[in-house]
Amino acid sequence: MALPGQQELTHLEEFMEGVWKQNPVFVMVLGMCPTLAVSVSAVNALAMGLATTFVLLGSTLLVSLMRKAVPKEVRIATYIVIIATFVTVVDYLIAAISLELYEALGAFIQLIVVNCIILGRAEAHASKNPPLRAATNALGMGLGFCIGLFALGAVREILGAGKLFGVALFGPDFQPWVVMVLPPGGFFVLGGWLLLFNWLRRRQGGALKPAEGHVHG
Amino acid sequence: MAEASLGQIFLATVLTNNFVLAMFLGLCPFLGVSGKLNTAAPMGAATTFVMLVASLCAYGLNWLVTTFHLEFLRLISYIVVIASAVQLVEMVLKKYSPALFRALGIYLPLITTNCAVLGVALFQTARDYSFLQAVVFAVGGGVGFTLALVLMAGLRERLHLASVPDTVQGTALALMLAGLLSLAFMGFAGLGAGE
Repeated sequence: MALPGQQELTHLEEFMEGVWKQNPVFVMVLGMCPTLAVSVSAVNALAMGLATTFVLLGSTLLVSLMRKAVPKEVRIATYIVIIATFVTVVDYLIAAISLELYEALGAFIQLIVVNCIILGRAEAHASKNPPLRAATNALGMGLGFCIGLFALGAVREILGAGKLFGVALFGPDFQPWVVMVLPPGGFFVLGGWLLLFNWLRRRQGGALKPAEGHVHG
Repeated sequence: MAEASLGQIFLATVLTNNFVLAMFLGLCPFLGVSGKLNTAAPMGAATTFVMLVASLCAYGLNWLVTTFHLEFLRLISYIVVIASAVQLVEMVLKKYSPALFRALGIYLPLITTNCAVLGVALFQTARDYSFLQAVVFAVGGGVGFTLALVLMAGLRERLHLASVPDTVQGTALALMLAGLLSLAFMGFAGLGAGE
């Protein structure tokens, strides 16, 4: 996030910001509703990640290009309309590419509109930065979101179904841990990942504060 | 699913398919506002109200877009109308019940970005609910949301008194709690047999 007085980041740093340092899933804990709802399998998770990245990239680019033309008072409404437009595009795109995937993701594609990562990026970053920089940041955030979703989806699929990308991993004797693909499993796995990251951060930085802070859906 | 009775829809949305614990909608306020009981309950009530308004608006809008064959505008119109509805509710409350308005504070405008509200609108469209079914669905969703929020707040208030390792503190712990609650709610499966 570009705070006043902060040093300009290079484009690579800007990109890595979202991938690692401010990872939307593990560090900022943003956009959790789609994260948990669609991460029952690695494929669904990746598809959702890609769709969100597309919307993120498209809307931040447009917001950044229009940042001087949009009056301050109506900016949030403008952002939401821009985002909703891109989500509609993605919605039709996925329906055209794979009907099966479209049915698996269901209403959650359209719910990308209220994913706070996107509105958050538009407001906190794209509205203050030139298009190229905004796009780099959005790509990084998108990639970070994909990684987070994939980490969640893969764990849930492996534990809950004994498969990864639909390929059985453990042979016929494996007793699937069904609760992991059910709703509670989503909470448990994300909680587990957050624990791991808390623990890592604690080991690295000693007294660094935990990943508490903005929890948004 | 259009034949599901009103009672079934209500039970299903409150218990078996609870918006927060089974469908992962509205997690942001669920984790953000569930720290204390006395904010959790009004938040739930406000969200229920907005859900009802959104559901009514969405029903009318859906009719409008399908009549004029403008389906691609559905999502955009929903979100714009929900945002304005929240604004309207806010203005009306401010005028007629300043006390309630102050009690809800920042939570009221934040409801716009609550995915449970947009979720109500989208799911009722996807499932082809009739007008009455849609209303019951919205109220059920709101009650379910409130229930989850209040339960969670109760748990977290208790947790303040427990000594927990530092690493576990914060969001991770809240998620584990939510997982346990969700597990408990799975016990209701089969109650709203219409699903």
